[in-house]
Parts: sequence; structure tokens; C-alpha cells
Amino acid sequence: MSQPTPPKMSARNVNVYYGEKQAIQNVSIDVDTDNVTAFIGPSGCGKSTFLRTLNRMNDTVASARVEGEITLDGENIYSSGMDVVQLRARVGMVFQKPNPFPKSIYDNIAYGPRIHGLASAKADLDVIVESSLRRAGLWDEVKDRLKDSGTALSGGQQQRLCIGRAIAVEPEVILMDEPCSALDPIATAKIEELIHELRGRYAIVIVTHNMQQAARVSQRTAFFHLGTLVEYGSTSEIFTNPREDRTKDYITGRYG
Amino acid sequence: MNGVAIITLILGLGLIAWLSARAKAMRLAPAASQTGDRSRKRPLLHSLPSYHGWYAALWVLGPALVFLAIWANVMPGLVTGRVLQDPAAAALPMDAMSRSAILSEARNIAQGNAQAAFDPRANALIEPYRSANRFYSLGGALAALMLALAGGAFAFTRIRPDFRARTKVERVVMSALLLASLIAIVTTVGIVGSLLWESLRFFSMVSPLDFLFGLKWSPQSAAMGYGNENAFGAVPLFWGTIFIGAIIAMFVAIPLGLMSAIYLTQYAKPAARAWLKPMLEVLAGVPTVVYGYFAALTIAPNMRDFAAWIGIHNASSESALAAGLVMGVMIIPFVSSMADDSINSVPQSMRDGSLAMGATTSETIRQVLIPAALPGVVGGVLLAVSRAIGETMIVVMAAGLAANLTLNPFASVTTVTTQIVQLLTGDQEFDSAKTLAAFALGLVLFVVTLLLNIVALQVVKRYREAYE
Ligand SMILES: Nc1ncnc2c1ncn2[C@@H]1O[C@H](COP(=O)(O)OP(=O)(O)OP(=O)(O)O)[C@@H](O)[C@H]1O
Ligand SMILES: [Mg+2]
Repeated sequence: MSQPTPPKMSARNVNVYYGEKQAIQNVSIDVDTDNVTAFIGPSGCGKSTFLRTLNRMNDTVASARVEGEITLDGENIYSSGMDVVQLRARVGMVFQKPNPFPKSIYDNIAYGPRIHGLASAKADLDVIVESSLRRAGLWDEVKDRLKDSGTALSGGQQQRLCIGRAIAVEPEVILMDEPCSALDPIATAKIEELIHELRGRYAIVIVTHNMQQAARVSQRTAFFHLGTLVEYGSTSEIFTNPREDRTKDYITGRYG
Repeated sequence: MNGVAIITLILGLGLIAWLSARAKAMRLAPAASQTGDRSRKRPLLHSLPSYHGWYAALWVLGPALVFLAIWANVMPGLVTGRVLQDPAAAALPMDAMSRSAILSEARNIAQGNAQAAFDPRANALIEPYRSANRFYSLGGALAALMLALAGGAFAFTRIRPDFRARTKVERVVMSALLLASLIAIVTTVGIVGSLLWESLRFFSMVSPLDFLFGLKWSPQSAAMGYGNENAFGAVPLFWGTIFIGAIIAMFVAIPLGLMSAIYLTQYAKPAARAWLKPMLEVLAGVPTVVYGYFAALTIAPNMRDFAAWIGIHNASSESALAAGLVMGVMIIPFVSSMADDSINSVPQSMRDGSLAMGATTSETIRQVLIPAALPGVVGGVLLAVSRAIGETMIVVMAAGLAANLTLNPFASVTTVTTQIVQLLTGDQEFDSAKTLAAFALGLVLFVVTLLLNIVALQVVKRYREAYE
């Protein structure tokens, strides 16, 4: 962690507006592959909004407008030359509520590889499905029922299926918006373990409301408040020795 | 005294009762609160004065109007009875047919519905009719007035501070609402009952198997005395109905309806949607007779010319294709609004999930939204089919009357609804197999559309539950 690697993604002076209302103010941040980055902050402070600017999901919100520069491997993702379809294949996303498609488990995983033409033969696709499910820690539980509907799995399994679906297209960055908030502690532990295993291979950004979780899974933490980035640093430092009072109040639960 | 006058009078009495009962209650109210002790929170008058007013008005109107309704039904019998006791009636012939013909002539003249009698014997009875009529209508009116006054007086004596007028009035209101909802249900049951009854009579003349599976439909020949066998095979009608309503119309309505729903839900800007959706829905409000003449006068001749152009020379000027195409257009709004609803109720998270995988909007629609919305869309299509096969005007005007069992869309076919119209318009006797066949057809149509509706609603409901 000592030698500086170039950041995978970096944001410079990003502002996001919903219509007239500003939701993100002048945020600059770097995200890299060696570390898991956690976004924390009180509800409504703009964590999801900022996360969604990283793969341009805000394009789907008619009123949203993004200013500033966000780069992926040095290339501005908001430039006109950037193809959103390719961007989203490189920057995957896992949502708060598990949202498997109403298709079979197999087809859920195969969805991305198919639309991006990653596998030409059925055998290739089979390989991708198996390896993605293995990496998502779901293979042993579902290998005998790949034809069953993805929506028939438990909530925790569904969320791992969604993670498997995201990694099936070999993204470079994975964005997770409160991926465990709908899950019980055991399913949460599995996802956290999974994040540990995925670290280093993908740049991972996770939004969470759970301080312990941020401390457990991340190496870097960003604290947002009222649309601004208050503090960004190594997780251990933020949790043991925050520079800002607002961060300290929030982490110790004194935030009102 | 005529009906309108007496009803107006009773309504006037009702108004007076309302005003005076309310006034009386209001006079009681301050008295009650003055005698009462100030610290008590509850007003001493149990119900608001206007409830007392309504209570009295209901007592004035209810019994009197009910009596008048009954009286209007029994009075003609009483009048005739009195006329028959008149000495002039002794001259009437004994045979029941001509007797009642003369009586009804006399009655029509007495009531001013006719000017002169064909049968001179009727003339002698006009005056007795008039006087009997006067006698009973005056009697009825007086009785109704008495009832109204008695009801009002009764209600008036009950106005006291602690009288629960509100409870009573609300109970009456509730019963009225219940009655209103029962009427629709009872009517439906009655319709089904009469359909069943007449169909049973039909099936006692024609075997249900011949009817349901017979291939030849020629009720005319049965009416002309060639017997009922082989005249009532309804398969050509069923086929025509399905061919037009479930096949040709759906070929038009499903793709167009679905595509417009997709455009409206996924691509249209909110402003465009706000305009386009209501405009599409206006299509559903166009009277079907307008579609009918559009089909008959514009589409059908074009279809015939088109058929000639592609080399089919015996094409008829009334065709399954013309009726089916226009019916398809009529059905578009149904399909599109059902599809619109079901696409909209696919959770946004599903759409986001697909977009976040790097799918384009159209990939998302094809591979995620449509499959997820499919049950709802199917339900909508079933509802549309059930509407299409019950549709009458377009097919009557554009599909023709020939009961052909054909796959050729340029040929004329006929449908269940067209034949019902055909069988029941014009002169008929209500006990010939030809007329009763209409009820059997109606029963089949009713059962099929009912089943389609039940299945469709079930599918849609199951689907709604899947997404909460
Ligand atoms: N689609 C939208 N249209 C308009 N305003 C929005 C939209 N989405 C979010 N906002 C607003 O932007 C601000 C930030 O919202 P955001 O969802 O990013 O917060 P968050 O930090 O993720 O909160 P939470 O922890 O509750 O998920 C809020 O004030 C919110 O009301
Ligand atoms: Mg959020």
C-alpha cells in the first residue's frame, strides 16, 4: 500500500443536481483496486447519488445533471466518446434490494455475457456461469438447480446471485449500494467474506450504514455529509482518529 | 287526479315535513341546553336538527310513494273489474280473445291513446272506463295523501331531544345503498336465468351435440319447415367469431398495442406521454357503430380490391379481414393500457439492474421488462379477446351473414353476435327453434366470455401479487 498506484477511478469537483436542487457539492475522490472503499454518512447525504455517477446510472433519472470530471483509467466517462454500455460493463453495480431478473439462475448470470457477446459457444457460457457462481460463493448451493428461477432463492442467495451477475462480465469496478441492508447477519457475513475475496481483483466501492461493516470490509472510508465529502482516508484512521468533529460525532453515534 | 300531480304534492309535503321537523328540533335544542347543566359537554339534542328533518321527510315520502307504486300496478285490474260490472259489458262476446281486444280498444280511447274504435261495441265501454279510472285514481291519490300525512304526524310526535333520528336516517341510507347494489346483481342473475331457461327450451328441440358440433348453420331452412336437424350447427359461427375476434383482430391489436405501450412507458417524454395516452384512450370511446361503418364503407371495399389485385377474384365485399382489422384497431387501447400497467408495475429496480449490466434500453425491454410483464400482458390480451368476441356492431356491418367455414380472410364469415341480431330482429314467434337459437348462442357467448374474464383476472391478480 506504500507505493502509489494510479487510481482506477477518480472524481474531480463533481456537482450533481436534481432539477434545481444540488445533491452533491464539489466532491473529489480517488478509488483504487487494492482497497475496498466505503461510503458512509447520514441518510440523504448523497452517497447513492454519488455512487450512481460512477457508472452513469444517473442518466436514467431525467432531472439529474452531473458537472465535473470523473475518469476511469484516465478516460473521462462523461465525455461524448464514452459508450455508456461499455462503461457499465466495466463498472458493475449491486443494488440495495436484491433484484434478480425473473429468469433462471443460469440465465441471470448469463445475461451480461450474452448482451456483451462474451461467449460464443454454450460451453464457454457454462464456464463463465460456473466460475461466476463460484466466485460469488453460491455455486455449491445452486449447482443442481440452475434452471430454477432466480427469484425463488432466499434474500441472501439472491444478493449473491446479483453479485455473481455483476462479476460475470469481468468488470473492473464494482459499486455496491447498501448490499446487506435487506439481509440477516449470516447472509451479511457471507457477503462480507465475498467482498474480502474479491478485493484486489476489482476496485470495490460499498455504501453502508453499518459502521462495523465499514470497519470490517473496507480499507478506505469516505464520510459524506449534506452532499459534501467531509473526510476521506484510511478506514483505521477515520474510525480511531478522525480529523473532523462531524465525522467523529457520526461514527460514535452522537450525530443528531 | 293524475300521477304527476299527486307525486308533486307528496314531494311538497315531504319538503314541508323536513322544514317543520327541523324547525321543531331546533326549537327543542336551545331549550334543552338551557335547562341542562353547562358543564356537560354533550349537547342534549342527540341528533342534528336536519336529521330530524330527514326522518320526518322519509316517513312522509316512503310509505306514500311505495303505496303509489303498488297502486299503479293493481289499478288496471281493478278498473277492468269495475268496467265488467257495468251493464254495457253484458253485450261483450264470451270468447276471451275478442273480449280482451274490445276491452283494450275501449281503454285506449278512454286514455286518449286512440281516436276511434274499429269495433262499435267498444264505444259503449268508453264512458264506464273513464269513470272507473277517475274513481280509482282519485281513491289511490287520497289514500296516498292520507298515508303521507299519517307518516308525517307519526314522525313529528317522535321528535324529542333524545330521539336517535340520525341512527334511523343512516340506517335507511344504508339500506338504499344496499338495494342499489343488489339491483345490479339481481339483474345479472335474472339475465342468466332467462338465457338458461330459453336455451333449455331450444335444447329440447335441437340436441346440444348437434348445436355445438354441427357444421351447417341454416336456421332459415328450419323456419321454412325443413325440420330442425342439421340446421343449427353452430361451428361456422364459432369459427367466424374466433377468426375475426381472436385471430385477425389480435394480429392487429397485440403488436400495435404492445408497441405503443412500450413507447409510452419507456421512450416517451413525460410531456409526450401526457398527450398521447389520453388520445389513445379516446379510441376506446368511439362508438362501435362508427367503427362499423368505417369497416363496411372504407375498409371492406379496399380489401376486396386488394384481393382482386393479388389475384383472388371471388372475394366478397364483406370480409372477415375488414371486420377483423377494424376490430383490432378498436381493441388497441385495451391491450395497450393493460400492457402499460403491467410494464409499469415491473419494479424499477429490475430495469436498473439490467441497465447497470450495460444493457441498452431496447435489450432491457426485450429481455427483462416484457418477460417480467408477460403475465399481465397475457391477462390484458384475454380481456381484449373476450371483448372482441362479444363485439357486435362492427361484425354486423362488415363481416356478412354467410355461415362459411373458411380460412380465407377475404371470404365473408358470420359471428355469434351477428346471428343473434339476425335471429331476433324482424318478425318472430318466440317458441320456434330459430328464435330460441339466439338464446343458446347468447348462453355460449356468455359462458365463454365469463371464463375468459375469470382466467384473465386471475392471471393479472397472480402477477400483481408477485410484485406486491
Ligand atoms: N431521483 C431523484 N430526484 C430528485 N431528488 C433526488 C433523487 N434521488 C435522490 N434525490 C435527493 O438527493 C439527495 C441525496 O439522495 P441519496 O439517495 O443520494 O442519499 P443517500 O445518502 O443514498 O441516502 P440513504 O442513506 O437514505 O440511501 C436527497 O436529498 C434526495 O432527496
Ligand atoms: Mg442510498
